[in-house]
This record gives sequence, C-alpha cells and structure tokens, in this order.
Amino acid sequence: MVAGQAGDAAAQSRLLTELAGHLRAYFARRLSRSALDVEDLVQEALLAIHLKRATYDPRFDFTPWVFAIARYKLIDQLRRLGGRVSVPLEDAGELMAEANPEEGVVRRDLESLLARLPARQRSLLRDVKVEGYSMAEAAERAGMSVTAVKVTVHRTMKRLMKEVSDEDL
Amino acid sequence: MKTSDLIVALTAADARPVRQAAPTASVAATAGIGAAAAVAVLALWLGFQPLTHAFGARWFWMKAGFSLSLALSGFLLLVRAVRPGARLGLVWMVIGVLALGAIGLMAAHTSMRAPPDRQTALWLGSTWRVCPWRILALAIPIYAAIVLGMRSLAPTRLGLVGAAAGLLAGGLAAAVYGLYCQENTAPFTAAWYSAGIAASALIGGALGTRLLRW
Repeated sequence: MVAGQAGDAAAQSRLLTELAGHLRAYFARRLSRSALDVEDLVQEALLAIHLKRATYDPRFDFTPWVFAIARYKLIDQLRRLGGRVSVPLEDAGELMAEANPEEGVVRRDLESLLARLPARQRSLLRDVKVEGYSMAEAAERAGMSVTAVKVTVHRTMKRLMKEVSDEDL
Repeated sequence: MKTSDLIVALTAADARPVRQAAPTASVAATAGIGAAAAVAVLALWLGFQPLTHAFGARWFWMKAGFSLSLALSGFLLLVRAVRPGARLGLVWMVIGVLALGAIGLMAAHTSMRAPPDRQTALWLGSTWRVCPWRILALAIPIYAAIVLGMRSLAPTRLGLVGAAAGLLAGGLAAAVYGLYCQENTAPFTAAWYSAGIAASALIGGALGTRLLRW
C-alpha cells in the first residue's frame, strides 16, 4: 500500500488483486441473504480503496482500514437498495433480509413448497395466502364454492405444515 | 466488467504518487477557517463586548476554557473517527468529562453559596433564551467548513464523525460567542453553553449521515 501511495503502479495492482480475494470472501459471507451482487461490491470497494489511498496512514494497521472501507461500501449499497431505511452496522444484512421477505431465500422456499402441490391447490393457495385475494374472490377465480375454497385452503395449509415439520425432524 | 480488468484499468489510468492525507492538519485548518468566519459573523451580527475589560476577567476565561476544552475533545475524537478503522482512544473522553465535571462543580459551588433569591439570576442570567440558539448559529459556518474539508478524506463512521465535528464546531462557536456574551456565572455556562454545544453535536451527528457520504 505504501508503495502504491508512492506511485508504484505494479505494487498497487498486486495489492488490489490480493485484496479482491479477501473482499470477495468478506462480502460473500455477509450477502448470502441479500439481493446485492458480491462482485459489484468488490469492485466498488477496490475503487474506493484505490481512489482514497491517500487516507491510509501507515502508522495505523492496514487491515482495519481496508475492512472499514469495505463495510462502509456494503452499508452504502444496502442503504441505496433500501431507500429510506438507514441501517446500523453489523445487522445490516439481517435487517434488509427481513424488510424484503419477497426476495431471496424466503421466496425460493415458498415456490419450492408450492411446487409440490397439485395444480388446483397450488393456485388456490397462491391466490389466498400470497396474492391476498379474499376467499370469495378466490372462489370466483377458481370456479368453486366459497365453502369448498375454505376447506381446500385449510387442508392444503395443514398438509404443507405437516410436510415442513416432517422435514425439520 | 471483470474485476481483474478493473484493477488493470485503475492502476493504468491513475497510479500517481499521493501525499498521505493528514486529517489532523486538515481538520485544524478547516476548523480555524470556520472559527474565523464565525468571528466575522458575530462582529456583523451582535458585535463584541468591551474586550480589554473581558480579557482581564476570570469569568471570561472560565467560559472560554470550558468551551475550548469541549472543542478540543471534539477535535481529538474527530481526527480519530475520520480514519477508517482507527481506534478512538480515550483522551477525548477524559477531556470532555473533565470539562463538564469542572463546570458542574463550579456551578454547584456558586449556586450553593448564593442566597435563594439569587438562584434565578445565576442560572438563567438575562439571555438564557437566546444563548444556545446563538451558539448553534455560530457553529454553522464552522461545521460547514469542517464537513467540506472532509471531502478529501474517507469517513466511514458518518454519524460519529458528524457528531464529533458538531462538538468541535459547537465548542469553538461557544468560545466565539463569549466575545459578545457578558453572562458571568458558572451556573449559566454549565446550563446554556453546554446546551448549545450539545445541540450542535447532536445535529451535527444527524446531518453527518447525509452530508458526509462519498
């Protein structure tokens, strides 16, 4: 880093290449549940490290400097993604994941569960529990009586719950 | 774009030698410029009290010492907080606590020795309504100068850096305001100077999270 500050392009290039690996691991660990792209963040961080290289003071440790910038870039990206939400440090990844349950793991789990159901049950459950139609609307869409919809949805939920809890055992 | 290409492009486009940033010097310079601006604002806005008289008075130096101690505390915190990943140290906190403790003790001492019918005058003086607001107003140019100076740095703890900048700006602003303000009791200083400086630190922290992004 010090050689890079002094204008040694080859040293700076080696440094950035090595850091890219560390940063990739750092972001990957923190982004498993987020919609952000790890490689984008690695590049953002490398860019910041290079452009702000003058702010590293060799009297202090280098690693904390790098990861402070990496974390700043991570939070910055999460903030942009989340719009108005301002996110505190470590919990950033967790909070974002909960704020957007439609995205990522939750969504995928839901789809894989629904995929196991017969077509009629699947579309009913999706209408009522995911899309938010009322029982009556769902009945009309499916061409069934309201009572039949209620019973089917109830049975389907029961079946899903049983399957999920069997899996957990 | 591949990351390896980015690295090649970055180091090819710009590998100029850079002078290591010196946050201490840059913060000192911008805070100094801001304080000079605050003095100018005060001169145009409220004017000064008779300074030769004030400079000989103990209460003037009590207020200046208190304000500048808090400014120093903010300065020490700021130059650490603004370095990515650096520890904050404890010196700033020790100085801040000592300054608050000292003014608190002086205020309590004065207050306890004074008769009950003097208490209102001691604590509220005649300008308590305006004092914190004026300190806050004078802190604006100082805070602005410090924040502008941060552009060449890489602050990663925006709230903390903003609050430290607000504390530094508030402390300096209070010292500048002392050139006008003729309130001369420790209880008044402990209550209203502290209020102005604390407000500056709080607002500085809140603004910092927006103004300091890079």
